[in-house]
Amino acid sequence: MQYARAAHIEHESTEVPTGRLGMWWFLASEIVIFGGLITIYVLFRWRHPEWGAESSHTINAAGGFNTLVLLTSSLTVVLAHKAVSEGKLGEAARLLGFTLLGGAVFLCVKVFEYTHEIREGFLPARSLFWSFYYTMTGLHALHVLGGMVAIACVLVAVRRGKIPHRVEYVGIYWHFVDVVWIFLFPLLYLTS
Amino acid sequence: MTHPVPASHDASLAHAQSFWRTWVFSTDHKTIAKQYMFTGLALALVGGFLAYVIRMQLASPGRPVPGYGAVGPGQYNAVVTLHGTIMIFWVAMPILLAGLGNFLIPLMIGARDMAFPRLNMLSYWIFFISTVILLVSFFVPGGAAAGGWTTYPPLSDRAINSGVDLGVTLWILAVALEFAAFLMGGINFIVTAINNRAPGMRLFDMPLMVWMEVAASIIFLFSVGPLIAGAVLLLLDRTANTGFYDPARGGDPLLFQHLFWFFGHPEVYVILLPGFGAVAEILPVFARKPVFGYRMIVYSTIVTGVLSFIVWAHHQFVAGIDPRLATPFSITTILISVPIGITLFAFIATLWRGSITLQTPMLFALGMIAVFLLGGVTGIHNGVPATDIYIHDTYFVVAHFHYALIPSVFFAFFAAFYYWFPKMFGRRTNEWLGQLHFWGTFVFMNVTFFSMFLLGLMGHHRRISNPHFFEALRTPEADRLQWIATIGALGLLAAQIALIANLILSLTRGVRAERNPWRANTLEWTVESPPPHGNFATLPLVRRGPYEYSAPGRSEDYLPQDAPA
Repeated sequence: MQYARAAHIEHESTEVPTGRLGMWWFLASEIVIFGGLITIYVLFRWRHPEWGAESSHTINAAGGFNTLVLLTSSLTVVLAHKAVSEGKLGEAARLLGFTLLGGAVFLCVKVFEYTHEIREGFLPARSLFWSFYYTMTGLHALHVLGGMVAIACVLVAVRRGKIPHRVEYVGIYWHFVDVVWIFLFPLLYLTS
Repeated sequence: MTHPVPASHDASLAHAQSFWRTWVFSTDHKTIAKQYMFTGLALALVGGFLAYVIRMQLASPGRPVPGYGAVGPGQYNAVVTLHGTIMIFWVAMPILLAGLGNFLIPLMIGARDMAFPRLNMLSYWIFFISTVILLVSFFVPGGAAAGGWTTYPPLSDRAINSGVDLGVTLWILAVALEFAAFLMGGINFIVTAINNRAPGMRLFDMPLMVWMEVAASIIFLFSVGPLIAGAVLLLLDRTANTGFYDPARGGDPLLFQHLFWFFGHPEVYVILLPGFGAVAEILPVFARKPVFGYRMIVYSTIVTGVLSFIVWAHHQFVAGIDPRLATPFSITTILISVPIGITLFAFIATLWRGSITLQTPMLFALGMIAVFLLGGVTGIHNGVPATDIYIHDTYFVVAHFHYALIPSVFFAFFAAFYYWFPKMFGRRTNEWLGQLHFWGTFVFMNVTFFSMFLLGLMGHHRRISNPHFFEALRTPEADRLQWIATIGALGLLAAQIALIANLILSLTRGVRAERNPWRANTLEWTVESPPPHGNFATLPLVRRGPYEYSAPGRSEDYLPQDAPA
């Protein structure tokens, strides 16, 4: 499959499309942000075994369900990419719609969790564990939201037959959001 | 399957455009480079003015500073904080990384523009907003941030600790936006150099300037993430009442120092490497010789980049870290002087038996090497805990990093400015004013900062607004040194009038520059001065490396990268 090139790029020095390279370097910069945050949390967690008791107040079922939802939404984005490479843009748009739905369900469950926890009195300032919990899941939720906006833009364009190669790029990003969650879920929910 | 090229891209190249699209919201890398450069230079005037206030206050404590007024201790803290912040984040980075990088990378690798021109424009405008926020913070109630450019908590954590509340929040916001802008710019640089090189240009045909800009961007990209995370935690401590840095609530203030210097030390190389790149381009042209050890310089740069990530705790020898940590960090710190030393020796070897002409760019390039050597050598004293414990937080450290940063930022930039000015603006600069500028800067820079080494050894602490509170500094010798440093600073600032005069004179009346006034090899000299939008009429075919000077058996002493053999 050939990729569209912008007019100012007549010649690419490698086999890798410029947009994909850009996305990977962008993710590298994101990895060190989340990597830094996760490292800080792990170092603190090491020093505070008593955080296990606090972590038991998170809702494991909700977190587990959300993990399933995110993984499924990653599957649909891969299928959308496959549909693009087969030239089926309509199907790609529909599959991206499923990914968007997955993101929306994830955020709804997260809002339900936050509401429940705040009602129980587990506010961000209650203890360092809850500060980390809200900071890390909150930053992740913002990334989910950002990914959904990007996917929505690509979906609208793809439906009109434009920029189908960007399905791959938002797909890579969506997988990153997924992977971060796979780190956060056991670290924040399951380590009691 | 091929997709049609979007029409908007066609229109963005080589067609006549409105005033706004040409000069303000331009996607042309050369215009964006100038926007970054002139914003940086304007902020250098602000940073320079703050330096003047600091020097006047220290030389005659308590007396109102002409043009500013009386400086109270709180205000002094804000002035010092903003001087450091502006000079690093709003002068060094926009000028060296974004300014020179944007202008030179596409031209030097034979590309029509950056890989993502609209992202490039977005990066500048986010940077511009961050600049506005920073400048506004001077005028909000409570004044600008006063916790030092390092913004350590608890100084930055609670308003009661530094007396400033809104100013600190604005400072964090401005720096965060600035980082976002440079991340976008950095990703653009890296991808452009990887993927948009002209046909025939291999990685090891790239000029050293491109290598250095890309290395600096990669170092920035990998070091800034943890600090962004740390800044989020700091902001939450300030706004959401969390206690990440509050020991009373299980937090740890040292955590911020680790995160800050994990970024802060690599940042030194983010600034230094583009300066080295400019010097590496200028030396062979004015010595008419190939760069000595091109590959060795590239490898040393990579080693420097890797090592720069494991030296950070040498900023924290007296902060209360585990003393057993000091030795490994001391070793890595001394080790990093090896690749940097290799690069400097390669530069000096490039001069060996060359036919050297001492025009302004060359003078600044040589000045950069000479001054930076002193900055680098005094770094060893700071890197060894035994001496660092004595000189920590004194003016010795201030003198050391000014001896390292002024050559990297100003000497290297001035060298680049005089060298690429004909390409940027299509006119030559005035040689006499350039030489005056060099000698003024070189002499007064040494007068100012050498005195600070001596003041530091007398025990002058970095962050005091009135040295006369301390008995050891109430001596005639100390007062004399304070005045020498202040007179040097005034001279250093006055010398910059020659630069401004040269800029105005050359832009309006300078001799028109031809394509290749310095008879150099790299690709930017094969296009018109200034280059048109889109740079190259047809993409060049690169046939050789960038430093083929004085090749035996040729009538010309240079051989451009795309010239047929």
